Amino acid sequence: MLAIAILVFREVLEAALVVTVVFAATRGVPGRGRWIGGGIAAGVLGAVTVAMSAGLIADAAQGMGQELFNALVLFAAVVMIAWHAIWMATHGRTLTLQMKELGSAVLVGRRPLTALLIVVALAVLREGSEVVLFLFAQVAGGSEWWDIAGGIALGVSGGCATGLALYFGLLRIPIRHFFTATNWLLLLLAAGMASQAARFLVQADLLPSLGPRLWDTSMLLSDRSLLGQTLHALIGYDARPAGIQVLFYVVTGALIAIGMRRWGRTRRRSHGAH
Amino acid sequence: MWPLRTVLGAGVLALGLAAGFAAAQDAEFRIVIKDHKFVPAEVTVPAGKKIKLVVENQDATAEEFESYELNREKVVPAKGQITVFVGPLAPGRYPFFGDFHMDTARGVLIAK
Repeated sequence: MLAIAILVFREVLEAALVVTVVFAATRGVPGRGRWIGGGIAAGVLGAVTVAMSAGLIADAAQGMGQELFNALVLFAAVVMIAWHAIWMATHGRTLTLQMKELGSAVLVGRRPLTALLIVVALAVLREGSEVVLFLFAQVAGGSEWWDIAGGIALGVSGGCATGLALYFGLLRIPIRHFFTATNWLLLLLAAGMASQAARFLVQADLLPSLGPRLWDTSMLLSDRSLLGQTLHALIGYDARPAGIQVLFYVVTGALIAIGMRRWGRTRRRSHGAH
Repeated sequence: MWPLRTVLGAGVLALGLAAGFAAAQDAEFRIVIKDHKFVPAEVTVPAGKKIKLVVENQDATAEEFESYELNREKVVPAKGQITVFVGPLAPGRYPFFGDFHMDTARGVLIAK
């Protein structure tokens, strides 16, 4: 049961942390629970579908279907996060003002939730499909049903608890800095996903590694540790990154930061002119 | 604006390099998964060269080929086979494992 719980926990944790950041970034939006719930449900359906088609995906694109699929899913999430973060940079100021005036997280107008719903669905799909495949293997391998059920229960609740802990931690950030903080978290999340996508493309030999192991910090912080995996999911920590991963990380982060500054400033200037 | 153009330029350059790299021929090594074990469990490969690893799964259930040291992970479908590119590696030991059967599926790549 413990082995099952640990694998389920690792995958659920990654998805739960993404959902947590999205949940924090949509603070104050009415009906966000329904949107995010919908994203999770769509992700679970997608995960089962992907797991059932594992053979097909693996054989596609001369055996590199998995890498292309993962990279595509990650890049799609990166684009959605970037769009939301830039949108928030232009509207966040007004939002914060409204939230301060109203004193609490109540109705603060419409925000583009579709982008973040897709981010949630894609994260759940990616991590969930591995869980489903693993569980198929457990069932076929003759594990007892209570072992499997117990493992799932433990793993899922552990992953969700870690996500909740992060959420309540984030809520302690003062409201005037809150959306700045969640925006930076979204930026790092996207940069980390771009780095992971690059790693898949190197694994498929579709991109050069630009140095297969640029550095090794596994002695300082192992990818296997809870903190290492948490930081991997949140900000793309990788103890042994390839050069191109670092390049993708920096470029993605820089592009989003430029986008936020550029449109954020335009908006402020046009506000002043009114 | 120049930083944007610079970073876009770097991206285009990277993609261009990719096309060149993908054409190269790489040494191929095969590993079989049978009864949730890797055969052979020890594979010696040349250091300093990019390696093409082919993992064939003869079991009726899926496995995930994973290695922290190699920074790789890939699902190997039941009765299927996959290809993973690694390296060029510095000389040393690079353990790998089957994520779905961690108690039995363990192996190591030795780069010399």
